[in-house]
Amino acid sequence: MHRRSFLHGVLIAPLLLVPVAASAADGKLKVVASFSILGDIVQNVGGDRVAVTTLVGPDGDAHVFEPTPADAKAVAAADVVFVNGLGLEGWMERLIQSSGYRGPVAVAGNGVTSRTMDEAGSGITDPHAWQDLRNGRIYVANIAAALAAADPQGAGAYRTAASAYSAEIAAKDEWVRAELKDVPSGQRRIITSHDAFGYFGAAYGITFLAPVGVSTEAEPSAAGMARLIRQMKSEGVKVVFFENMTSPKLVATLASEAGARVGGTLYSDALSPPGGPADSYLRMFDNNVPQLKAAMLGM
Amino acid sequence: MSLLYDLLAAPFVDFAFMRRALVACAALAVGCGPVGVLLLLRRMSLVGDSMSHAVLPGAAIGFVISGLSLVSMSIGGFVAGLLVALASGVVTRVTQLREDASFAAFYLISIALGVLIVSTRGSNVDLMHVLFGTILAVDNHSLLLVSAIATISIAVLAVIYRPLIVECFDPAFLRSVGGHGASYHILFLVLVVLNLVAGFQALGTLMAVGLMMLPAAAARFWSAEVWALAAVSAAIALVSGYVGLLVSFHFDLPSGPAIVLTAGVIYLVSLAVGRKGSLRQNLIARPHYES
Repeated sequence: MHRRSFLHGVLIAPLLLVPVAASAADGKLKVVASFSILGDIVQNVGGDRVAVTTLVGPDGDAHVFEPTPADAKAVAAADVVFVNGLGLEGWMERLIQSSGYRGPVAVAGNGVTSRTMDEAGSGITDPHAWQDLRNGRIYVANIAAALAAADPQGAGAYRTAASAYSAEIAAKDEWVRAELKDVPSGQRRIITSHDAFGYFGAAYGITFLAPVGVSTEAEPSAAGMARLIRQMKSEGVKVVFFENMTSPKLVATLASEAGARVGGTLYSDALSPPGGPADSYLRMFDNNVPQLKAAMLGM
Repeated sequence: MSLLYDLLAAPFVDFAFMRRALVACAALAVGCGPVGVLLLLRRMSLVGDSMSHAVLPGAAIGFVISGLSLVSMSIGGFVAGLLVALASGVVTRVTQLREDASFAAFYLISIALGVLIVSTRGSNVDLMHVLFGTILAVDNHSLLLVSAIATISIAVLAVIYRPLIVECFDPAFLRSVGGHGASYHILFLVLVVLNLVAGFQALGTLMAVGLMMLPAAAARFWSAEVWALAAVSAAIALVSGYVGLLVSFHFDLPSGPAIVLTAGVIYLVSLAVGRKGSLRQNLIARPHYES
């Protein structure tokens, strides 16, 4: 297998000369990341040596994405493609096949201890691993390794950038823990319209309750709404949160019924557009954590 | 007794969202019942379905212009639906194309345009989910809108009732006595679009048509008078809403489909045992008449 692909490479190398020269003139490694948060992490590790194309942009939903021909073109022209894995990008395999891309597909979530989440009675893998900052460091290591494999000359640069960024993530992890330290254990409950915070909750000791399942497509039942309202009332939950892409009306209804207030916007699956309150992986935590803290303290 | 209370009343007593949903269903029933019956009598049963898709581009444009605003999305949906209805009506009257064909053509154009507008907005916000709310999340504005539309529908229908019925059964007669059949027809189409806009606020496009046509079709097996058809149809729609919400509450099922499926069950039962031309009468009663 190894020999064959080597031979294959030698044989087709001359044919590839033109595109390789083009990419060399540009000087950058072309990488594609499946969604905005992953794109930001890849950019931080790759720095100037890479040009990142993100398929599902800011405020987009990676669960139900419809690729366009431009996306297929970007994938076909890429040197490395990064995905989250853990079942997030169901559409990715089809896109890679149809685009004719044959390069490496790096799974950033490799090696993460995955959680299962309850969806309609059956356990499925929860893909939102990046919400635990310790997993973010695993992502960084995976990304650095994949970039070094694709661009051996830059291996040193990637390693340096990765360790610096990893230290930043570790510092953010410490900060989150320090911020949430004062919240009494009886008040560590949050209601949000989308249960993308399973890893966050497990890592930082908060229980997240949601009216809808893992996918934003699920339509709620009256029984589910009633259960949640009873729970909010009995546990004294005071604030509920919009997630940046699910139906705000549903959350507003829940809030008014249970006598709670509607909190600000939490970012979980997608970043905000540049200049917004959560335009990078780390700024997403800067946006979310103080709001969650205020909500739990009943402020 | 308390079991019955828990089963039938407690969900509505305990939860405001259930009461709102029920009120929304009642308003929809009052508006959609008669409109559905008239669609049925005018052999336009499938027009409701195509119209419900025709409102999409308008609602999408409303969303693109001013975000998640009930008013702009409703106005957009109304204008788009109306344009399709009028264009189809004009084409039907001035060319050789039949009404069903021109409706199909315009609604297909309309829905493609809607999907195009939604996807070129760049962000992949799940617009269908945002646009087509669930009946469990009906807020005050939606409730007002739905009730206002029901009121307008009933008032307008009361005024145009006679000429509209005459045009249903004998358009030539209406013309001979100097009635303006076409203008009544257009006014009626406006009502159809209005009721669909009301329906998609509460139920989503597919489900809105369900609450319009299924009760009307079921009513056909119980009554022959047009006014009675309308009343029975509205009653069936209301019962479907009530029972569907209870089913959704007690069996943990999504409410929109639960409501429409309840209407579907009522239709099937009516089909089997109704008093006017049901299966029971056609299959069992006939030998009795022949003897």
